[in-house]
Amino acid sequence: MERRWFYVALLSVGGLGLRVGFAQPAEEAPDTMEARVMACVPCHGAKGEGTDNAYFPRLAGKPAGYLANQLHAFHTGRRHYPPMNYLLAYLPEDYLKQIAEYFAAQRPPLPAPADPAVSKDVLERGESLVTHGDAAAGVPACSSCHGPHLTGMEPAIPGLLGLRATYISAQLGAWRYGTRTAAGPDCMQIVAGHLTEDDVKAVAAFLAARPAPPDLAPAPQGTFILPFACGSEPQ
Amino acid sequence: MTRCMAFRPQWKSALSMATLAGALLLASFAARSEDAKPAAPDMSLIEKGQYLARVGDCIACHTAPEGKLFAGGLAMPTPFGTLYTSNITPDRETGIGGWTADQFYATMHTGRFPDGGLLYPAMPFGSYTKVTRQDSDAIFAYLQTVPPVRQANRPHDLKFPFNNRSLILGWRTLFFKEGEYSPDLNQSAEWNRGAYLVEGLGHCSMCHTAINALGGSSESQAFQGGLIPMQNWYAPSLTSDKEAGLGDWSLKDIADLLKTGVSARGAVYGPMADVVYNSLQYLTDADVQAMAVYLKSLAQPRPPAAATSNLPGFESSLLVALGKTIYDNQCAVCHGPQGLGKPPHFPPLANNQSIQMGSAVNPIRMVLNGGYPPGTSGDPVPYGMPPFAQSLSDDEVAAVVTYIRTAWGNRGTPVSAADANSLRSAPLD
Repeated sequence: MERRWFYVALLSVGGLGLRVGFAQPAEEAPDTMEARVMACVPCHGAKGEGTDNAYFPRLAGKPAGYLANQLHAFHTGRRHYPPMNYLLAYLPEDYLKQIAEYFAAQRPPLPAPADPAVSKDVLERGESLVTHGDAAAGVPACSSCHGPHLTGMEPAIPGLLGLRATYISAQLGAWRYGTRTAAGPDCMQIVAGHLTEDDVKAVAAFLAARPAPPDLAPAPQGTFILPFACGSEPQ
Repeated sequence: MTRCMAFRPQWKSALSMATLAGALLLASFAARSEDAKPAAPDMSLIEKGQYLARVGDCIACHTAPEGKLFAGGLAMPTPFGTLYTSNITPDRETGIGGWTADQFYATMHTGRFPDGGLLYPAMPFGSYTKVTRQDSDAIFAYLQTVPPVRQANRPHDLKFPFNNRSLILGWRTLFFKEGEYSPDLNQSAEWNRGAYLVEGLGHCSMCHTAINALGGSSESQAFQGGLIPMQNWYAPSLTSDKEAGLGDWSLKDIADLLKTGVSARGAVYGPMADVVYNSLQYLTDADVQAMAVYLKSLAQPRPPAAATSNLPGFESSLLVALGKTIYDNQCAVCHGPQGLGKPPHFPPLANNQSIQMGSAVNPIRMVLNGGYPPGTSGDPVPYGMPPFAQSLSDDEVAAVVTYIRTAWGNRGTPVSAADANSLRSAPLD
């Protein structure tokens, strides 16, 4: 009898031991957006601040609507960059919006302004286009939509700071040649179509050399009256 | 972005447009005389058809990016030229609005259009031939209810001599066997349901059976795996436990992988993410379970072969040492120092067949390109693997892939910097 109880006790302890052994939960992935978007980090930085690579843009602090529009365009292939198209092809829209909101909410500091590698004349031409536009050429000032501090406007006009000149000129070039498009009326395609190659170079150099404004947040929706309709920005 | 996975039998495809036009013309005459559609559509039949169209993944190929549902026009690059998928909306002029259920079944079943014209075998009629008449009718009834889109089919752009459709006759003789699925009475109803779905509408063999130089796949090598042409992803064997053979997987893990895209044993990326995203996540639990039962039964366990390397031992040991350093610094944070991962979201690498199998294409590509498993109802906000193409050199990619293929008891072979380099240019769209 005693022996039987001994075995029962032994079995229980053994069972307990086994159970404890198996009950240790396997380590789980952190349930955070930060962990989910690690795929973005090598090119865009841990908080979307950008990296050394001159062609990969800063994402942090851009309005969520703008980022969501870009993620959607990469998802469908309208905006063509195979490494991005590949990553986003099978992600649902709701998730793309969450990713956009995550990076929109980040506020890492801007990088130090670039030393402009262009002449003073070119830089002045850039400043003139950004702040006044070129009425004769049909080019509105960048600041008329992107804001006097160039931090963009909710929900879908991006800030233009913290980007390198190479990225800005590549994107303006893509708008000009029609390889980057957006929902119609495609205002950026219209604007970029009126820029010359020298204009693009000047605007890119000037923007990349801007110091950080005190507040990096995009302006609230409706702050600026756009000079013409823009399919991506509800008025 | 090309989302279709069935562009693998790359000399297969839908039909030449001249014939389609002819077929549609004939079909519309035929249909006018026998407009015998029921006055009120049978909702249950249509719902069934919608479900079966999901199982068959019609949408992945017959809907272009930003295109209208089922209006076709998706480009399918093949080694033989580019094919464009066809409009299967009920538009009478440009779609299949003039077809009858008989004609639809005959086309799916025989790979011939109503006028006798031959389908390119990119359309998986070698699998769809196994679909029952009843299921074919349900799919047809559903397709007749989607919004008609007037969009003419774009002619294929095939190189000589592949633009000669009579070549398909030869292909059919070698590789096509017509006939509905015939149940194996020695197996359970569940197993047979799984086999019907996998071999029929699921058309899994389009990728998971090796394709030969003639663009065909042999039934004797069914589900033994192969490199997907044009896409440069390796579709692993479903029969060998050294690859994706599921012999030692639990049914739950198989079902999780198919329906949610992630599991305790691994996750899907690339072309298989497409299949889960567009098709498998919509399957009922019972159907996924049936597929799991059948897929598990396909496994033919073999004693593990000794790892053989094509690299000299000294070089391999250098690779492994460098690989371990890279792994510990950059990979272990998610996949764990012992490769156990944090499943299901950070997949285990130890004892993960897709890491160790003969072809190193998939692990190299995952390191270069990273990837997200599909967002599904079961895993709506998946975790992404970062791409390392920018930050790791060819030598470093080779080293870390060699390490994960040989560490922790994994029995893969080393890979070379040349292997890594050759996949940098692999297509991503």
